[in-house]
Amino acid sequence: MAKDDLGLARVRVRAAWLFLAPTLAVLAAVAGWPLLRTVWFSFTDAELIELENYRFIGFANYLEYYEGEWLGLLADPQWWRAVWRTVWFAAVSVSIEAVLGMVVALALNARFPLRGLVRAAILIPWAIPTIVSARMWAWMLNDQFGVINHALLAIGAIDAPVAWMADPDLAMWAVVIVDVWKTTPFVALLILAALQMLPADCYEAARVDGIHPIRVFFRVTLPLIRPALVVALVFRALDALRVFDLIYVLTANASGTQSMSVYARQQLVDFQDVGYGSAASTLLFLVIALLTLSVVLLGRLRLEGESAR
Amino acid sequence: MRLLRALRICGLLAGLSSPAPAAEITISCGALGQELELCRDGAAAWARQTGHTVQTVSVPNSASERLALYQMMLAGGAARIDVYQIDVVWPGILASHFIDLKPYSQGAEAAHFPAIIENNTVEARLIAMPLYTDAGVLFYRRDLLEKHGRPVPATWGEMEETARVIQEAERAAGNGGLWGYVFQGRAYEGLTVNALEWVASSGGGTIVDEEGSITIDNPRAAGAIGRAAGWIGRITPEGALTYTEEEARGIFQSGNAVFMRNWPYAWALAEGPDSPVRGKVGITGLPHGTEGRQTGVLGGWNLGVSRYSRHPEAAAALVMHLTGAAEQKRRAVVAAYNPTRPALYEDEEVIAANPFFRALYGTFSNAVARPSRATGTRYNRASHAFWSRVHAVLSGQQQAAPALEALRHDLRRLSRRGW
Repeated sequence: MAKDDLGLARVRVRAAWLFLAPTLAVLAAVAGWPLLRTVWFSFTDAELIELENYRFIGFANYLEYYEGEWLGLLADPQWWRAVWRTVWFAAVSVSIEAVLGMVVALALNARFPLRGLVRAAILIPWAIPTIVSARMWAWMLNDQFGVINHALLAIGAIDAPVAWMADPDLAMWAVVIVDVWKTTPFVALLILAALQMLPADCYEAARVDGIHPIRVFFRVTLPLIRPALVVALVFRALDALRVFDLIYVLTANASGTQSMSVYARQQLVDFQDVGYGSAASTLLFLVIALLTLSVVLLGRLRLEGESAR
Repeated sequence: MRLLRALRICGLLAGLSSPAPAAEITISCGALGQELELCRDGAAAWARQTGHTVQTVSVPNSASERLALYQMMLAGGAARIDVYQIDVVWPGILASHFIDLKPYSQGAEAAHFPAIIENNTVEARLIAMPLYTDAGVLFYRRDLLEKHGRPVPATWGEMEETARVIQEAERAAGNGGLWGYVFQGRAYEGLTVNALEWVASSGGGTIVDEEGSITIDNPRAAGAIGRAAGWIGRITPEGALTYTEEEARGIFQSGNAVFMRNWPYAWALAEGPDSPVRGKVGITGLPHGTEGRQTGVLGGWNLGVSRYSRHPEAAAALVMHLTGAAEQKRRAVVAAYNPTRPALYEDEEVIAANPFFRALYGTFSNAVARPSRATGTRYNRASHAFWSRVHAVLSGQQQAAPALEALRHDLRRLSRRGW
């Protein structure tokens, strides 16, 4: 009997691998191979102009001692500024999106006339391709002709047009604003889906007991939708760490607003330096992998802690 | 594969059946303003004469993006485009992908400006023929200068002073949106051009000299860039740190600037029928520093034939036609594109359409080249390092002298395995 079970299990495992094999093969071809090749190139001095002709140079792209100073990616202040800027951008924009997304989702969860129409309308920023919305915002934020300066001047909030994209700090905030405008609907949608799955009886019990709605939100709603919220935020954080198109269109290649992806692309495409650019891409991958892992681990720890309680 | 071979055999047979095999040539043209139309007409005329057919493809307007696209296509050995329109600073970067045009030119290059031909010659190979040339010039509001009794400035100091005086007087008179000077200050190739003009016209050299040594870290260069940083917020809007050519032209052409640095193309548009400043604009050479001489940076575009082209002979013939005297004259008369042939600056029809060509002949023929020959395939990186540091100075994050010292380090790093 036990032996039969074992045999059945083995057959099932084999079948599972069989069914998984095509997916794994495709993944290896489209994700694994390019990744490995990028890592390999990061140890060479390959240039795009003659891709076949390269030498293995070890870790020189990452770190190299040359004429009394440390060179390479790990010693490049511009790269570290790009890393820090990207992490800052991801943290700030995702936090704002979480709060705003929650507010929007709660509002949309209430019953009011034309709710379906409003729900559809709020998705529009998310549906517009990023390049298009970035271009649109670039014109709206233009210092001389932009509608935003015009509106702020008209209501008297500023007394001279603001050059939004001229100052790197201001430009990063403009990028955050555009990103929040664009992706809040996505967060709101995921939260709304979770809200609609909530059991009504908890709320009825709370109402019968006369508990204040704010307390209900923090004690009932928030814990119940937390899994959905975490998924939405992890998705968004991964997206934000890879941010490229928004920054590229809004501020071009200005080194004051470069994200990790913009930096890597500049090395790879503009400078044709496949070796150095691959090193940047590899580090970008490592940074994102580390952050994701720590988020997942933290989440699991907390979940386990709760179930033990 | 078999299909491809079959197609190729069909092509061969078709070629054999007609007396002169007609090739289909694809050319990439710029599409700024009237460029694409000019290119199409010129290529169509050649196609009618020779029986070949010509396809035009349009590429991104931004030169940096265009270069990235070209580099990707050429690195992949794509045969899709035969003739490429390339910027004057690209020969060093792209040389290995283009054929030598000398066997096809039959000495035609001797009729062009020698400096441009030299620029387009890499390791004794002529990799592109000049299509048109460009140099930075100063646009000014003739009416405002006359109204306030100021002469056309010859030095940067005079320009700054005149801009400040007119800006203050006009603003006091209620013209609140007027600025003194606009230029291209975005962090891109155009800032390299502008800053090199400030530096070279003040006797500060050309960043990297012809032998490849780094010369930018000198007091005259620091003085020139520091002076420009002083304009921001005073005679130049802070937004100029994000302007390219077209944004600067937008400010000037809507009547909101006294002076503008730009390429000559802005002339035809500022004098266009719907321009608010029509008839009020003057054009002159850029100012110079007290210790330098008047100059502008060399711009312009060239035509080269891809090494991967299937019809190099026909493609080279098209290049010779488009860069020929008749075609360059047509482009100058119709759309004010500067010819690269000195003889055309004596042509009455050309001068009648563009009166400033004669006065600025010296500027166009002696323009300063960016250090693209010395830095070769690394020009892009050197230029990026330069404009990044200059942008930091203009936006007040760094002082000019320490920025140039840091730039010397940047450039030394870049050239550590040779330029």
